[in-house]
Amino acid sequence: MSAAFLYALVGVGLFSLGLYALIVHAHLLRKILALNVMGNGVFLVLVALARRTGEARPDAVPHAMVITGIVVAVSATAFALTLMLKLSAATGRAELPDDRRE
Amino acid sequence: MEAVILLQWTFDTFLGLGLLWLAWRALACPDLFRAIVLFVAFGLLLAMAWVSLDAPDVALAEAAIGAGLTGALLLAALARLRSSETNVEVAGQPEKKGLKVRNPQWLPVVVLLPVAAGLGYVVLSLPPDAVGLSAQVAANLETGGVSNPVTAVLLNFRGYDTLLEMVVLLLALLGVWSLGGAALRREDAPGLVLDTLSRLLAPVLILVAGYLLWVGAHAPGGAFQAGSVLGAAGVLLLLAGWRLHAGLAALPLRLALVAGSGIFLAMAVFTLLMEGQLLKYPPAQAGILILVLETAATVSIGVTLAALFLGGRPPNKQDHR
Repeated sequence: MSAAFLYALVGVGLFSLGLYALIVHAHLLRKILALNVMGNGVFLVLVALARRTGEARPDAVPHAMVITGIVVAVSATAFALTLMLKLSAATGRAELPDDRRE
Repeated sequence: MEAVILLQWTFDTFLGLGLLWLAWRALACPDLFRAIVLFVAFGLLLAMAWVSLDAPDVALAEAAIGAGLTGALLLAALARLRSSETNVEVAGQPEKKGLKVRNPQWLPVVVLLPVAAGLGYVVLSLPPDAVGLSAQVAANLETGGVSNPVTAVLLNFRGYDTLLEMVVLLLALLGVWSLGGAALRREDAPGLVLDTLSRLLAPVLILVAGYLLWVGAHAPGGAFQAGSVLGAAGVLLLLAGWRLHAGLAALPLRLALVAGSGIFLAMAVFTLLMEGQLLKYPPAQAGILILVLETAATVSIGVTLAALFLGGRPPNKQDHR
């Protein structure tokens, strides 16, 4: 196993951790953090797999896609945070309503 | 040589474990403020992982955006959340409700373990050597206009990705603006340190952005990294109490916001008419065309990121009526 696969597995771990936190946490800020961790896991898998070129220069196409993804992630995060603030201003809670209590 | 390889392996292993541990702490820590600080530390560690994976372009973008701007956005949102929550009568709730868990915790673990195991199996079953598209990139680099392969992919070979991404940035800002006016922050004067530091740092950051933009043609750097450094300069100035002059908030601000996508679109139509293919530059002029596109994109990315941090739409002259 090379270092590329080590990092790819860490990426899979980050994705799973983020998915778990996304499900179990009720607070929306925590859900946004969890989504960011999941995204970073995907980026790590992409860049790690681009490193499988041996001694040669790594594949530049996944690098470019990840740079694009980082900028898209930050703008989506900003939009999600604004939605959360609006929800909290309207309802007083930064959480989604719990289905089971209704 | 053996020792170097062993050292590299130790470093990679500890970095990977550190990433997983920091992510876990950021997601499980009861206090939201600490969680965000841990997430910023996670971003910085991730930037080191990019360097270790020979992706310096990604590392630059991560250090400026993933660790810097995302952290600033999250902290600003948390501050606004706290102030709105204390205004609306929920102050009596326990402080640690950020950790409130909804379901029995074993159920998601049981569901997610096979998912994680399956993903891990798929990753490990991939061939250990794969050059991907690097041969095509290397073969076409001569006609690409720039010698940094990542910049060539971003602005030339897959320029439509970047074109659409500029539009995504603009859409995110439109979404934020359409959700309401400028959220007014506390207007107390910044401390002496912040005030002096921001005056000293803002010109340096602009200079760094210009350098990254220029050097991106042949070394790690480029429009995204330069734009995010520019955005960071904007965030620093906004934190120190600087606001855009009301005369500039109407048309000039909007022109700066759409410059990237506008010039990109114009270039796309132009190349479609001249060369018959979307964003296919004539090889002789490719370098200068890419520099023009990158400059416009840098300005737009920087201004958009700073505007996203500010939150609402800055007030126009007309709004003061």
